[in-house]
Amino acid sequence: MVTVAQVWDALAEIPDPEIPVISLVDLGVIRDVGVENGTVRVGFTPTFLGCPALEVMRDAMAERIRDLGAEPEIEVLADDSWSTDRITPAGREKLRDSGFAPPAPREAAAPTLVQLQSNVFRCPYCGSTETRLDNIFGPTPCRSLRYCTSCRQPFEQFKTI
Amino acid sequence: MRSLLEIADDELILGWRDSEWTGIAPLLEEDVAFSSIAQNEIGHARALYELVARTQNTTADELAFDRAPGEYRCSRLVELRLLDWEKTIARHYLYEQADAERLAQLVQSDDAEVSGLAAKIDREEAYHRMHAQMWFDRLKGEPRFNSALDELRPLLETGRDEHSEELTELWDEMTVVRRSQPAGTKW
Repeated sequence: MVTVAQVWDALAEIPDPEIPVISLVDLGVIRDVGVENGTVRVGFTPTFLGCPALEVMRDAMAERIRDLGAEPEIEVLADDSWSTDRITPAGREKLRDSGFAPPAPREAAAPTLVQLQSNVFRCPYCGSTETRLDNIFGPTPCRSLRYCTSCRQPFEQFKTI
Repeated sequence: MRSLLEIADDELILGWRDSEWTGIAPLLEEDVAFSSIAQNEIGHARALYELVARTQNTTADELAFDRAPGEYRCSRLVELRLLDWEKTIARHYLYEQADAERLAQLVQSDDAEVSGLAAKIDREEAYHRMHAQMWFDRLKGEPRFNSALDELRPLLETGRDEHSEELTELWDEMTVVRRSQPAGTKW
């Protein structure tokens, strides 16, 4: 009989399809896990609704759960309950080590352009806050492009959601 | 209040129109921006269609691709194929403003699924609004941009019942793969 803890351990081994250094558990997108009569139910939130990795993540979770000998039931929760604040401290470290600046904390109001253009975002390479916004958008919906004027390195900044 | 289907159709069609700048935008950064915005809008459309589909015993794909062009509920503003940058930015600005208003209403919905989804969409749209505002501030003194705003503003809430030939052309393009396979095909 599979336990909730075993399921969490198995899900912690699934890498994010776009940033494989971080796992789905590090990313905080797994909201809850329930086990009942051989069925494992996972509540899962997409980071961004248009994330193309959604199906890949769902299939990977289902596969791991089947490997544990249980029947998966993955529920996608399209609500506002996930925020980038749910990325774990370990996840943030892994992102920074790979050159991605982790997201700033979420505030009650949405971020503004003035905030994004301010000097509070830290370069993941040299730690300087002398960084500028190059593009609100980036290679995936969850990231912006910034440039560090201190070490002259472009980098990707996670958007706050 | 706008129906969820109208909003979903607006987002799907605008997502397709925005994606037409992929590879050919006047600036590389805008190529990235409009491609990302397009992806978000289509993601919002999918989530909204899924909500609607459950109440109508159908699927998001059927709603998105299996209706005839005349059955779509999108506004004239989003269906236009705009080849001028100033018009694209004018549409982006007008649309994001109107979208923010209707999302603010949806967030107040008594239906927890609707209000939850609207809140999530709004978090993402905040970045679109910033982008639109940045361009508005950059172009607001330009006569071509101002005439584009004047020309497009009346189209925001027109054309939901009757569509232009441009929507049919887009529909032909966007449903071509789906129509090439019989119903029930698994991808």
